[in-house]
Amino acid sequence: MSKIIATSVIAGAHQYVAEAEEAFEKAMDTAGPEATIELPNTGYFLPVIYGLTGIKVEKIKDIEQVLRHARELLPEGPAGRLWTPYLGTALDAGVATLFSCEIIESLRYLLEPDFYTATDSPTDDNLWLGAADDLIMRERGVEFVDGTAPGFAAITGAAPDVETAVGIANQLKQKMLYVFIAGKDGGVSFAEQLVEGGVDLGWNTRLVPFSPHVSGHIWSLGFAARAALSFGGVEAGDYRKVLRYNKERIFAFVLAFGEVTDRKYAVAAGAISYGFPTIATSDIPEILPTGVCTYEHVVSNVACEEIVNRAIDVRGLKVVVTEVPVPVSYSPAFEGERIRRGEYWVEMGGPKSLGCEFTEIAGEVEDGKVTVVGPEIGDVEEGSTIPIAIHAEVQGRKMQKDFEPILERQGHSFFNEAEGVLHMGQRDTVWMRISKRAHDAGFTFEHLGKIIHARYHADFGEVVDKVQITVYTKQEDVERVLERARLAYHERDERLGSLTDESVDTFYSCILCQSFAPTHVCVITPERPGLCGSYNWLDGKAAYEMNPTGGNQPVPKGETLDEDRGQWSGVNEYVKEHSQGQVEAFNTYSMMENPMTSCGCFEVISCVLSMCNGIMTVNREFKGDTPSGMKFSTLAGSVGGGVQTPGFLGHSRFYMGSPKFIAADGGIKRLVWMPKELKEEMREILEKAGERAGVPDLVDKIATEENGSEEAEVFEYLQKVGHPALEMEPLF
Amino acid sequence: MSDSEETKKKAEPRKKTIDPAALEVLAKAEAAGISTVFSRVDEMKACPIGAAGSCCQLCAMGPCRLVGKGAAEKTGICGATHGTIGARYMVRAIAGGVAAHSDHGRDIARTLLAVAKGHAGSYQVKDTDKLYHVAEMMNIATEGREVNDIAADVAQKALDNFNGTAGDELTYVTRAPARRQEIWRKYGLVPRGVDREVVESMHRTHVGVDQEAGHLLDQGMRTSLADGWGGAMLATDLSDILFGTPKPLVSQANLGVLKKDEVNIIVHGHEPTLSEMIVAAAQDPELIEYAKSKGAAGINLAGICCTANEVLMRHGIPPAGNFLHQELAIITGAVEGMIVDVQCVLQALSPLAQKFHTKLITTSPKAKIPGATHVEFDEERALETAKEIVKMCIDNYENRGDVAIPEYTGDLVAGFSHEYINYMLGGRYRASFRPLNDNIINGRIQGAVAIVGCNNPRVTQDEGIIYLVHELIKRDILVVQTGCAAHASGKHGLLTPETMQIAGDGLREVCEAVGMPPVLHLGSCVDNSRIMTILSQVVEEGGLGNDISDLPVAAICPEYYCEKALAIGTYAAASGVFVVFGVRNPVADCTEVVDIMSNGWEQKVGGQLVFEPDYEKILEMVTGRIQEKRQALGIHEEKERVLFDMAARREL
Repeated sequence: MSKIIATSVIAGAHQYVAEAEEAFEKAMDTAGPEATIELPNTGYFLPVIYGLTGIKVEKIKDIEQVLRHARELLPEGPAGRLWTPYLGTALDAGVATLFSCEIIESLRYLLEPDFYTATDSPTDDNLWLGAADDLIMRERGVEFVDGTAPGFAAITGAAPDVETAVGIANQLKQKMLYVFIAGKDGGVSFAEQLVEGGVDLGWNTRLVPFSPHVSGHIWSLGFAARAALSFGGVEAGDYRKVLRYNKERIFAFVLAFGEVTDRKYAVAAGAISYGFPTIATSDIPEILPTGVCTYEHVVSNVACEEIVNRAIDVRGLKVVVTEVPVPVSYSPAFEGERIRRGEYWVEMGGPKSLGCEFTEIAGEVEDGKVTVVGPEIGDVEEGSTIPIAIHAEVQGRKMQKDFEPILERQGHSFFNEAEGVLHMGQRDTVWMRISKRAHDAGFTFEHLGKIIHARYHADFGEVVDKVQITVYTKQEDVERVLERARLAYHERDERLGSLTDESVDTFYSCILCQSFAPTHVCVITPERPGLCGSYNWLDGKAAYEMNPTGGNQPVPKGETLDEDRGQWSGVNEYVKEHSQGQVEAFNTYSMMENPMTSCGCFEVISCVLSMCNGIMTVNREFKGDTPSGMKFSTLAGSVGGGVQTPGFLGHSRFYMGSPKFIAADGGIKRLVWMPKELKEEMREILEKAGERAGVPDLVDKIATEENGSEEAEVFEYLQKVGHPALEMEPLF
Repeated sequence: MSDSEETKKKAEPRKKTIDPAALEVLAKAEAAGISTVFSRVDEMKACPIGAAGSCCQLCAMGPCRLVGKGAAEKTGICGATHGTIGARYMVRAIAGGVAAHSDHGRDIARTLLAVAKGHAGSYQVKDTDKLYHVAEMMNIATEGREVNDIAADVAQKALDNFNGTAGDELTYVTRAPARRQEIWRKYGLVPRGVDREVVESMHRTHVGVDQEAGHLLDQGMRTSLADGWGGAMLATDLSDILFGTPKPLVSQANLGVLKKDEVNIIVHGHEPTLSEMIVAAAQDPELIEYAKSKGAAGINLAGICCTANEVLMRHGIPPAGNFLHQELAIITGAVEGMIVDVQCVLQALSPLAQKFHTKLITTSPKAKIPGATHVEFDEERALETAKEIVKMCIDNYENRGDVAIPEYTGDLVAGFSHEYINYMLGGRYRASFRPLNDNIINGRIQGAVAIVGCNNPRVTQDEGIIYLVHELIKRDILVVQTGCAAHASGKHGLLTPETMQIAGDGLREVCEAVGMPPVLHLGSCVDNSRIMTILSQVVEEGGLGNDISDLPVAAICPEYYCEKALAIGTYAAASGVFVVFGVRNPVADCTEVVDIMSNGWEQKVGGQLVFEPDYEKILEMVTGRIQEKRQALGIHEEKERVLFDMAARREL
């Protein structure tokens, strides 16, 4: 920390602490000490304060002790000559700044209720989203876990012009990073520049406008703090581990455009404690020696053209980008982009036409050959809808029939990663759009084939030697392909249906999440997919074949220790070793005794409702109260991070339809409550499961929030409808 | 000898000191015909037989001199070889040094016990965090317990360490890296009790007992470890608990800190117990008023030797100088009282003080000096005693004669405890040694050298210390200091953050980032134990090997004079550090001993204790050592930056 920087940091920190004290006084006067202070849908209170100190700020009065601590952390600035060391004190000032910023910004929800949209993308009249809720954090968390989003850039200030801002945002996205924006320079914000440049902002495009104030970067750091608590299994208040986790696993950095004020310095110092360095365009002093961050702490005077590459290097991040020969930008960061009516040049498949994709092993394959049969994009009129079938034929010595659907399903991501291409659905429900902008940039149907070719080689090179693709755009061709594909889909379903846990002797692990949740181990069986819903047993098997040293490893079942609960010696050994001894044993089919752990990416959480003698299941999208007395976000706090919590289980949606779903605890008949939306989405699967369990009308006996969100209300409802759980053996 | 030659010789006398304040006072002394340690050293040459380890005076059959033709083959009357005689000398010197530090430590432990039992009302536990930390190390329960109960157990455990009733091994042995502990256990070097090792050393060096040099020197190492990882380490930790753990503060050093118009009181010696109270008494408003009533503008406290370091580190009380300044301070005529306790107090102070108005006040029940006023310090009425002493000094103000205070001071920043160093590298939330390790690994800092120890009038005062500090920081080597060597740098302005301007580019960058000087003052001589703790924590932080002996570090005691220094040097070597002493080799004639302490110890414990009077050679030796260690660690060349992908993160 140069002395100039330390001086500024400490001055900025003093300003922030004073501002927080003022906001606190105001809140005490207007709302009173007992008023609730709460960020949207989170189980982590004010997450930076909670993560670093363990203090749960729930009421206005709880702020007082945090402010006292912030004051106590505030040092005096270094003397002009004969100074005493200032790095430690300036970093303390940075932490005091973070506490103050979190208080200031959280109180904004109370004092200026309409300041933030509390949505996941800007509204028509408000750009600033405010804090990410736990749903966003968990959804996005999966991307942080599997590497599709290695980190984020926290941007403050504004680029010299709109064009530069758009270019930098694009470069950051190409590096797969999230872009968090807060604060302005000269009254202009980077986010406003992007809007002016016609760029879509929001969580789905990875360009997140948090706040016009630089103190709004507390939402960036709150996101990071929650990652440590939810995925890292770090106890709140264990500040060393929270910060170390971030230094080692969240590859974030600050990009400061324009003038760096005392306040910006102060926030940046707080970020340094997280291991997030600052890269600035202006000519400020540098801090090059390493240690608190992995490499440099402050690098300055960096030209806008170089800033992205420089930042990645300073943070020590390796981004592997697959080169895909298309005339538009290509990166996972474009996956969430929407192309609305009026924005597309052409729409393919979907409800108004036919769409299909089909990947199969073929005899004769000419690698790299892409054929478009039927009209090319230049032949169709702007705004038209056409049928499409994308037929990929592959060949490879290690290619197996079982891998066909895995490759095929990846088309969704592969297409979406191209800027200006939208892909939804799979198999015969494909629905795609190509934007006008992509069309203008020269994107053609042939490029769809080139994407598949490039990505199959890049991602599945171990099993795929040759790929050729044919894109059909004429109705009769599409129908013909569709007919053949449907036969294959059916065969695959049969094959998958016949796979049971008993019929195999090897399961697959998934420890991809260990980059994030170092002690969590998923064991994927044919009848129990990974809890994130992204990996089934075949995926695990294929991933292992393709990368024998990767995150998916075979787990021989070994000796059966408990058939009902699903416990095997080989599985126990594997889990113990790879959880670093944290988990000695687990039961695959029970949530009551030694349940499986979670990283934090679970699609749904089930937990016991003891009065009802059953369980409830809540999906992460549901923000309301549940009969357990806890919202999803609070429940998630008790099951994530690789800990076994009897009575609680994080799992995939699909697992609910499995005959093995908490089989040892009584199975699907225990399910007494779920959110309505989830129930409707799962209806078909639940009906089948009910039938199998001998209760064909089970699904209608499951209560939802419409029947009650208190356990007593649910119990009453169950009695009324005669839910089978009430007749079952006591859960305890 | 011709006249011109005579003049030439007189014109270039041996350079006594490089300190301008000392030169000024020495000129005054010479003019007044006052003898000082500087003049007496010229009047008496060191006995050349004893100086090289060829004299044995352990029994009445001797003293035996192993000199002359065929000296190397000669033995004493009992048959003792040069090797045995040299080894016995070393072991006894070590035992003497260990006894000094450890007796100091024991007194602190007894004070802590008295505080805990409510018998020493002037004191209290000042640093409870440190108390908890030390208690944890000692396996003493803390949860739900009163501070004084914990303190009593900690003090008792410390006393057990002295008595040898703490078990088979001293408690703090486990603070060392695991690999180091293994080595100590393998060679039977783990001390069992401070007193026990000192007693055993005295026994084994008695005539007719242990007569194998290597075996004797192993006991020397074991005894020294009872200091570095026992008595001295406890002295440091318990002092921090009682008086507060140091953190950086600004002060000044040298005789210029004495004030012309104030009552000047100098605390000199080693233990902080009394001096802490003198600090309190000197700030007592009533006494300040009293001083004013006697015509003084106030009370000015300054220190000499390690007492100075203790009150500098915790209160910013300025040191008036190092060991060789004790007489010079009195010669300024400005010192009303010099309060001494134990160690390094020259008997010559007494007759000297009588030439001036200065009151020499002895305070320790262990140390009296003929001609001095003895006011025995009693911890039960510590503050009262301190006030009495301060009052005596104030009363003496009116007896002042001519005053000549040299106007030289050096600014300084001191107060670097290992706790603070840990803190300053990351703040409260990210405190760790990581940045230090990282910057050693990346080469901004090439290594670290401790420049510690005494002054010795046989060599030019401060010259070696200052030369080496300059040369090392220029070469990107971080310097840490304790004792009188630290005062030397303080007097010469090297303990300031501005000193980074003369450091190498890499070290300067780190100093700039942290805001620290490139030369860190770690405290008194018992605080050399802080260096042991730091080295252990650096090893634990990772990336620089598994043991202290893997680190690119060294220690130098350029101007050593006393047994305590030999004890410290030996425990550093036994802990895996390459240690060089200046001045002269006290066992130069005992080639077997010289070989064991260098090559033998290198193989056994990975450290050495060698003697080299030539400072340039010392510089060469330690920089060479550091480069060797860097090479062995594979950090001698710049490495390509490691970038992390997801797989790399999973591996973490």
